[in-house]
Amino acid sequence: MIKVNNIVKSFDGTDVLKGISTVFEKGKTNLIIGQSGSGKTVFLKCLLGLFETNSGEILFENKAIQQMSVKERTILRQEIGMVFQGSALFDSMTVEENVMFPMQMFTSKEVDEIREQANQVIKRVNLIDANDKFPDEISGGMKKRVAIARAIVMNPKYLFCDEPNSGLDPKTAILIDNLIKEITEEYNITTVINTHDMNSVMEIGEKIVFLLNGKKAWEGSKKDIFNTDNEAVSNFVYSSDLFKKVRKIYLKN
Amino acid sequence: MNVLSNIGKYFIMLQRVFGKFTKWKILKQLILKDIDSLIIGSLGIVSFISFFVGGVVSIQTALNLENPFLPKNLIGFATRQSIILEFAPTFISIIMAGKVGSYITSSIGTMRVTEQIDALEVMGINTYNYLIFPKIIALLLYPLVICISMFLGIFGGYIACVYGGFSSSAEFVEGIQLDFIPFHVTYAFIKTSFFSFILATVPSFHGYFMTGGALEVGKASTVSFVWTSVVIILLNYLVTQLLLT
Repeated sequence: MIKVNNIVKSFDGTDVLKGISTVFEKGKTNLIIGQSGSGKTVFLKCLLGLFETNSGEILFENKAIQQMSVKERTILRQEIGMVFQGSALFDSMTVEENVMFPMQMFTSKEVDEIREQANQVIKRVNLIDANDKFPDEISGGMKKRVAIARAIVMNPKYLFCDEPNSGLDPKTAILIDNLIKEITEEYNITTVINTHDMNSVMEIGEKIVFLLNGKKAWEGSKKDIFNTDNEAVSNFVYSSDLFKKVRKIYLKN
Repeated sequence: MNVLSNIGKYFIMLQRVFGKFTKWKILKQLILKDIDSLIIGSLGIVSFISFFVGGVVSIQTALNLENPFLPKNLIGFATRQSIILEFAPTFISIIMAGKVGSYITSSIGTMRVTEQIDALEVMGINTYNYLIFPKIIALLLYPLVICISMFLGIFGGYIACVYGGFSSSAEFVEGIQLDFIPFHVTYAFIKTSFFSFILATVPSFHGYFMTGGALEVGKASTVSFVWTSVVIILLNYLVTQLLLT
């Protein structure tokens, strides 16, 4: 579980995050949604410790990241898996080497054992015949799968995903969403996903936090989002005619 | 103000490079990879330039020796002095600032743009050490490149001079040996060692701290080349003042 207490983050005197508080629960897919520029990525980077917050607390299992020693932070980081928007695969390494990398870095296991474990995870994310390929030789969807495999290979307690299905076709996007949800349940991890894809919200949004101009404007589940009377969240989620119609049908039934 | 802030950032970066070390098994592979791309990969161009510039230096010297009282062995002497004192250590380093420096800046800059550095940081890796330290170690072999450059520069001068009919082989060789001060070679290698550190760290700094996209990677490479050259020239002046005067 990750608890966020009133965090503020400023850049050059401008507040980008203005006192956000929320809880991301274990075993659930927690979504952060909001328009571009609402502070989603900054929020995620603060959770990851890539940005220091100006005030407020971020607690991982009730321990504030700000109060952790360098060693504790290093240990925490090894418990975190991250899927970046552009996958962030190491382009000088093959798919297999990318997945093996965290284990080579942080375990003293033999190479064969590491390779075997990496291949199990590669299989888990349904990647076939891609082990020896380099990132620029595989499709966007495959890259995301490799990124997910690399993120979960160390059995993390926390999984963070920054727009995991951006740039993917709708079918592949849903496959990636479902893969993340399955992995969250299977590994019982706390997953936080940063997205503005409404299909993801409807598909896997067990807990949704809506950001507006650096503030938390709403939170709830995908069911709550149909019934909400919050104008900002309704305008954002139901901005397309299709979703407006879907909502009408849902409320009618 | 910005320059001062960047100088401060550069020294903080250096401190972090020697902070938490990456696992030796991984570091060893990175060092070997960097030796291949930074040192072995530069030998061709360095050899080509050294050989022909050595030849040009010798021809230029020969053409300027119009006075018949001046001995022909001066061609070999001037070629040796120019190559050992300045051309091989300093001008090859400027060329390397363009070749190796822009390679380092663009490779680290691309990793920054594509969030690969963020990915390493999230894993809890000291990215300064992981990315920059292997380059510093690989460039410890840089004096070897300069040694090859010195040899080929003088050899190029010899070929151009003897086969161009400017002097005999014996006269050129006599010139090479004339008033030879071994400390000049030591001085050349001392400054080469300083330059190798600059070649590894200044371009890394520009790549590591760049912001923006693909266009900025190109800009960062250019800025990196300019600053690496400026630092090399300034350092060359300082080291020369300290060691030769």
